[in-house]
Amino acid sequence: MVYSSVIRERFRAPRYRGSLPEPDASFEDVNPLCGDRIRIECRIAGGMVTDARHRGDSCAICAASADVLLESVIGQSVDSVSTLTAADLLERLQADVRASRMKCVTLPLTVLQGALEGREVAR
Amino acid sequence: MSAPGESCRPDFPILSRLVNGAPLVYLDSAASSQRPRQVIEAVSRYYERSHGNVHRSIHTLGEEATELYEGARDAVRAFVGAASREEIVFTRGTTEAINLVAQAVGRTLGPGDEILVSEMEHHSNLIPWQMACRDRGASLKAVPVVGEGFLDMEAFSRLLSPRTRVVALAHVSNVLGTINPVAEIIRRGREAGALVLLDGAQGAPHLPLDLASMGPDFYAFSGHKMLGPTGIGVLYARRETLERLEPAWGGGEMIKEVWIDHAQWNDLPWRFEPGTPPIAGAVGLHAAVEYLDKLGMARVAAHERDLTARCLDALMRIPGVTIYGPRNAEIKGAVVAFNVEGIHPHDGAAILDERGIAVRAGHHCAQPLMKRLGIVGTLRASFSVYNTPAEIERLAESVGDLRGAL
Repeated sequence: MVYSSVIRERFRAPRYRGSLPEPDASFEDVNPLCGDRIRIECRIAGGMVTDARHRGDSCAICAASADVLLESVIGQSVDSVSTLTAADLLERLQADVRASRMKCVTLPLTVLQGALEGREVAR
Repeated sequence: MSAPGESCRPDFPILSRLVNGAPLVYLDSAASSQRPRQVIEAVSRYYERSHGNVHRSIHTLGEEATELYEGARDAVRAFVGAASREEIVFTRGTTEAINLVAQAVGRTLGPGDEILVSEMEHHSNLIPWQMACRDRGASLKAVPVVGEGFLDMEAFSRLLSPRTRVVALAHVSNVLGTINPVAEIIRRGREAGALVLLDGAQGAPHLPLDLASMGPDFYAFSGHKMLGPTGIGVLYARRETLERLEPAWGGGEMIKEVWIDHAQWNDLPWRFEPGTPPIAGAVGLHAAVEYLDKLGMARVAAHERDLTARCLDALMRIPGVTIYGPRNAEIKGAVVAFNVEGIHPHDGAAILDERGIAVRAGHHCAQPLMKRLGIVGTLRASFSVYNTPAEIERLAESVGDLRGAL
């Protein structure tokens, strides 16, 4: 079942969707599979991610992945984000996602890592 | 096999399989069609009995392979109504055919020259021209899409000028299904002194063609969208146009005589076919056009028009469904793009797949069109000879359930 109850619930009622005024770090990127764009904004203090939000038009898998990702990193060190993997997200989503949709799961993670590395958004 | 629809389905082995426990409903033929036993067997027979390299092999297998490969060219010539076999260049697909033209013509472009495309082009009829323009300092102009999804022909007139070197447009849009007014486009383009290329990837598989009287300079299409194998495509090119064109790529087979610092090109069409060609692909395409010929392209077009009309009618009745492109099947190819309120196209396609229904989802390699429509993507159902009204009903039923599915 692609759409686990976690995915459905986080898609219908996301907890970390939105934006942060004057964020300390932000980044956005596109999923080449579908052209979806997702943006993540973070607040950072003392080497810790203290708050974060995501937004964009994306599929349920990508939106849910972004939501569980931000939940897991808020209150954690910036350094710890670089060690997160797709497997961590799948575990939180309790989903078995096909290879063709894995980019939907991993896009929020690469966007978050891009934000924390200070990458520039391509236009 | 006798007619499009139910009676030809037994020819397509893949259609009898189950997907996720349900009988497969394959509605993604615009991306790639399935192929009948006749095509699969022709390719197998070729590999089992006659494979050798073509053209310069003296041995029996090479002779047989050459005969089959060149026989395929004759069959394709007749199928599309080209005036001579020299006008049929085999490529790996539509994309390679368009790149061939963009590179060969591209070399003759300079600053001030213009290429005219449209907002509804597949990336394969856009990116090669972007690259040619970038390399040569030429500029790219695009005809806007207006109304239900038609080319703005007033803008076409405005944009067409003596500076226009190539008009490169889709015959049939792979998203909107719009059948463009190609007779007018060809006439006007050629009057302006431009070369006219039509991207026929969604035309050749679905509509009867008579290219000699239609008169484009180039018409590009793919085998795998018309019941043939992947890796084979066709560039039709008017002989006068092809004769004036330098080859895009070099290699074996495209030459007559070679010295260390120069070479003399081979005759048409081999001048444009360097390297070992997709021989098995051509053999399979031969079987595919024979199959389509037996069904009759006029009957194929009528069958698909009926399916498109049924699909439009069924989907328009479902609350929350938005349809993109003309609502009239009479002026539309075998494709219906749509969205369901609150459901991302990829989620919609995944849920339909759980019921065995294969549709396409996403931007369909037409991102400028998606931007024009203000959406990230669509669902897309597309039809071929083997689809049936019952399958449209199964699609509509499942689309009706999508809104509350997540």
